[in-house]
Amino acid sequence: MANNNGRRDFMGKALGGFTALGGLGALYAMKRTWDPLPSVKAAGFTTLNMKEYKEGQLVTEKWRGKPIFVLKQSPATVEKLKKEKPGDLKRLIKVGDAHYTVCVGLCTHLGCIPGFRPEEQDFLCACHGGMYDITAQVTKAPPPRGLDIPPFRIDGEKLVLGEEGPEYKKMLEDGITMPV
Amino acid sequence: MAHFDENARPFSHKWLNERLAVDTLKRVLSTEYWIPKNINFLWAMGMVLAATFGLLLISGIFLLMYYQPNTQLAFDSVNYTIMSEVGYGWLWRHIHGVGASVVFLIIYIHMFTGIYYGSYKRGRELIWLSGMLLFVLFSAEAFSGYMLPWGQMSYWAGMVITNLFSMGGLHLNGLVEWIRGDYVPGQAFLNRFFMLHVLLVPLAIIGVIVLHFGTLRIPHVNNQDGEEIDFEEAAELYKAGKVKESKVIPFNPVFLSKDVFVMGVYFVIFFYLVFYHFEFAMDPVNFDPANPLKTPTHIYPEWYFLWSYEVLRPFSTNVGLIAFAFAQVIFFLLPFLDRSPNVAPASRRGLFKYWFWALLIDMIILTFMGKLPPEGIWSTIGLVAALTFFGLWIALPIITSKEKKL
Repeated sequence: MANNNGRRDFMGKALGGFTALGGLGALYAMKRTWDPLPSVKAAGFTTLNMKEYKEGQLVTEKWRGKPIFVLKQSPATVEKLKKEKPGDLKRLIKVGDAHYTVCVGLCTHLGCIPGFRPEEQDFLCACHGGMYDITAQVTKAPPPRGLDIPPFRIDGEKLVLGEEGPEYKKMLEDGITMPV
Repeated sequence: MAHFDENARPFSHKWLNERLAVDTLKRVLSTEYWIPKNINFLWAMGMVLAATFGLLLISGIFLLMYYQPNTQLAFDSVNYTIMSEVGYGWLWRHIHGVGASVVFLIIYIHMFTGIYYGSYKRGRELIWLSGMLLFVLFSAEAFSGYMLPWGQMSYWAGMVITNLFSMGGLHLNGLVEWIRGDYVPGQAFLNRFFMLHVLLVPLAIIGVIVLHFGTLRIPHVNNQDGEEIDFEEAAELYKAGKVKESKVIPFNPVFLSKDVFVMGVYFVIFFYLVFYHFEFAMDPVNFDPANPLKTPTHIYPEWYFLWSYEVLRPFSTNVGLIAFAFAQVIFFLLPFLDRSPNVAPASRRGLFKYWFWALLIDMIILTFMGKLPPEGIWSTIGLVAALTFFGLWIALPIITSKEKKL
């Protein structure tokens, strides 16, 4: 009988083992089914022609279904930032001779779209009252950080969103923005 | 092999009994399932919930016939096709909308009845836990259903709630994108929440309802005095014809007839809402089609989620998320945090009486504050109410362990 039990245990364990293996495989397949589709991932690039923007006017573009704020800064603003907030100046992207605020227009708190206030030259999120300055750096909680800068590559006068150029990688290294 | 009478007429009582044991089933499940006499109308909420779930299921089946889970078509399939083309489509939608809102009101009454009378104590822990599981599943069902009309509130609630899974400072953007199947809520998102809403979550709900009934069987329902009844003895008395002396009644037909009366009153109110005041369950903002490039001015959840939303709101992202997670799970722990052995109505339990009413009032305040914009005095009241919520739960084991044994 003891011998028999040993066999039965072995069969039980073998069956259990293979079932567990199959179960893990099935779980992996389920996880992959929930993944974003390749077509969704492939459509994740947007090219912006930076010459078209006017100073001090916010334009909302679209990248990966998310709103992207593009704001061309006047030289006066850049000078002011140099004096008052040199740290925030690093958040601007320099294409040609001009500086731009380019960021994902979703509040870093819970993802609402902050509104641009042209008079105050800042952003206010109506959902929970978060505020950002002209470079989209956070000035009032609850947002934990400034608006995220999307991955970009500078291509002459153009900006390709979704590709990681050296300038973007440097921003990541310096902790100026987070991967989105 | 069992004995089958060859002369039994097909589908006659005897024929069915030999094959399905219908008499035994009926006895075990209804005519000899004993309910204490010493209860009030609040004990009818379970069957009221079951009936409301039934209405949601039936109305949902008819909505499913015309609803289109497609980001381009969903909004019109609900607001145009179902509402103005389909014969009586509006009826199913209003039953479904009102039912989804009212079911939470009844769930909360059911929960607070259980808390007040101590119906989660020794022997009844699994009733409480399976009930809380149902609460979570109903919340998932309500949220996934809220996505389907693909209006502005659907879209932005979907955005905000799925963003919670980035776990604040942990930045799990990959997880959020995995849940959505896209960088933002889109077609993949709508389709999978549609699947969850019409199949997976209802399936789980039905399973857990069966479990919830099962957990009730051995400990039996509690009563107004928390009295420990010898159900076998009381049942013998009842069966012997001493109906007046017995402390119990059978579920069917005696208790059920009382349930049906309460349900009758309930359905009068329910259908009054369906026909004349359905708008309370329909947010006007959700009558704008989803627009990924414009956030509504104020985003707030349906009333039944407001208290937990308000617990999240006054804090910075990470603290808020921890507070939110705490609020979601803490009710599960109630049977273990209440250290007192007394099974009695809160009114006889000393400090617990004040705890109960403080919790109820605090949650009502949180609910109101959750709806108001987070400004000035409202922010402060919200913060105080949120802190009170945590304080109450921390105080619970202390005050209940000091409680005198009754």
